[in-house]
Amino acid sequence: MGKTLLDIKNLHAEIEDEGKAILKGLNLKVNAGEVHAIMGPNGAGKSTLASVVAGKDGYEVTEGAIEMEGKDLLDLDPDERAKEGLFLAFQYPVEIPGVSNINFLRTSLNEIKEYRKEEPISAKDFMALVREKSALVELDAKLASRSVNEGFSGGEKKRNEIFQMAMLEPKVAILDETDSGLDIDALRIVAAGVNKLKNENNAVILITHYQRLLDYIVPDFVHVLADGKIVKTGDKSLALELEEKGYDWLTDVKTL
Amino acid sequence: MTTVISEKTDHFLSQLSIPENSFQLAAAERALQLDFPTTRDEYWKYTRLSKISKGAFTDSFEQKEKLDIEDQLVSNEFIVIENGIVREDISQYQKDYKIEISDASSPKTLKVNSSDIFSTINRAAAIHNVKITIGANKVIDTPLQIVYLNHSDRIISNTQLEINAEKSSKSTIVITNIGNEGKESFNNHVMTVDVAENAHLTINKIQAGNPSNYNISTEEIEQDQNSTFKINTVTLKGALVRNNINIAVNGQNCETHMNGAIVTKEKQHIDNHTFVDHKVSNCFSNENYKYVLEGKATGVFNGRVVVRQDAQVINAYQNNGNILLSDHASINSKPELEIYADDVKCSHGSTTGQLDENAIFYLQARGIAKENAKKLLVAAFIGEVIEEIEHEGTISLIHRLFKEVHNWDF
Repeated sequence: MGKTLLDIKNLHAEIEDEGKAILKGLNLKVNAGEVHAIMGPNGAGKSTLASVVAGKDGYEVTEGAIEMEGKDLLDLDPDERAKEGLFLAFQYPVEIPGVSNINFLRTSLNEIKEYRKEEPISAKDFMALVREKSALVELDAKLASRSVNEGFSGGEKKRNEIFQMAMLEPKVAILDETDSGLDIDALRIVAAGVNKLKNENNAVILITHYQRLLDYIVPDFVHVLADGKIVKTGDKSLALELEEKGYDWLTDVKTL
Repeated sequence: MTTVISEKTDHFLSQLSIPENSFQLAAAERALQLDFPTTRDEYWKYTRLSKISKGAFTDSFEQKEKLDIEDQLVSNEFIVIENGIVREDISQYQKDYKIEISDASSPKTLKVNSSDIFSTINRAAAIHNVKITIGANKVIDTPLQIVYLNHSDRIISNTQLEINAEKSSKSTIVITNIGNEGKESFNNHVMTVDVAENAHLTINKIQAGNPSNYNISTEEIEQDQNSTFKINTVTLKGALVRNNINIAVNGQNCETHMNGAIVTKEKQHIDNHTFVDHKVSNCFSNENYKYVLEGKATGVFNGRVVVRQDAQVINAYQNNGNILLSDHASINSKPELEIYADDVKCSHGSTTGQLDENAIFYLQARGIAKENAKKLLVAAFIGEVIEEIEHEGTISLIHRLFKEVHNWDF
């Protein structure tokens, strides 16, 4: 078993202004080399989990801890979490007119390198890296020089997320419904990209509604998130069972 | 008939030594009958002039023998104007532009509105008149730079520029008013521009002088048929900056472009009033002004477009976008379209908001610190205006000024 990269302990979180509890004691340990899938009914708190781990404003953690390689993430700003090696592929990637993908990624890569006390990347090496990594998700090199996500199709946006992941080489990547809105070909490309990126030193967390993605990226663990907690954990066969039976049998058990 | 003399104007003029010639003395007489506008005047509703009208200024100063302008230059053709006085000794222009420097004692060709107090004061008190002619059919790649400098404190500078872009010429004029010297000074600039048939003229203005300075620019432009005129204004500093751009499109098939990027902070006040008068048919005008205001800065944008009854097939577009980076910054935006013709395409829009929080978070999630994420977004917001300045040297000067003034990298 690889070393623990992300350790979420008894996490309680609520929406800041409403005081509405969303996560109610969630535990999740992710080790190097593992792929975890988090599934669950609508409103269970899956996207909230992704947002809270990434450090988005608007949520308050009332109890518990999130640690990355033993370091407390809750004290860090979102950019510092990214610099520590966390990556969130957004469910809805934001369009940023006027900021070119290239310029943005170079700023991002160099800030991360500076944080890690490494030398900045040269323009030449950077462009070579862009070519290599955009090929990985079959992203047209022209898209790389366009404004971030502006005018991209749904599939292009998702491929752009994985392209960014490839550029930044995170330790832990959370893919928030990366499969939503993808046709079967785009799904295959995105999954192939993720498969090429995963190795024994990093980990991937897939948040998804559908078993479909898991045919392409095979998880080591499947967790069911319901009402703010992980209510069941199994191997990949659990996903197939969920596909067949839905979530009711699990959430019903809980209320008994 | 009794003549009412404005006390404020009297006080203001008494600080100046009006050159003793009949033309300028007559202008001073006329100025006395004009009053400074107040916020009750429609076009001055959001800009208070009391700091200028009640301010203490002087027009006497000691010329500096040496002026350090090296880092302000974007061209090797330039005219230096120190506190309103042309410094021929350190100016450099020999090749392409025809330049005539004269004293401002005769009417010449300077066409200004005689009911406007600032241009009337300028007429009365200006020392020099600079006339620039771009000869017919001349296509000049090297821009001519006008370097305005303020040197001592509380100086009033009255400057006059006349630009004549003759038939089928193509050129660029860069006007800079930068550098930190000379506190609480008042620059009263007047510029008239004639763009003749088939001529292309671009004017790039960079305003980033001492932040305690006042700056009123009155710019009267006339376009003849088939001409293209473009003016880009970048403002980074100023206690009170007011740019009046009045463009009369007199000939058919003209193109007119006006762009502005305003990025200021503290208690600075930047006001842009533009007026495009479409008098004839088949013309195009486009305007795009972007403000980014921090601290307690205030902005004013008033863009007026008139399409006269006989001016058919006009395309006129106007956009004003504003980002307020603090709760105390404010903007007053007023697009005005007056259309009397029936076959026209016009649009105008004004938006004001904050930086997109989702975009900031997205950039942060990629490892970019919040402050840098904001800078990236601001740079992107005004980027489309900066791109319109198609001269690399000028663009890098602007980038350097952004770094100096706002500590921003692009």
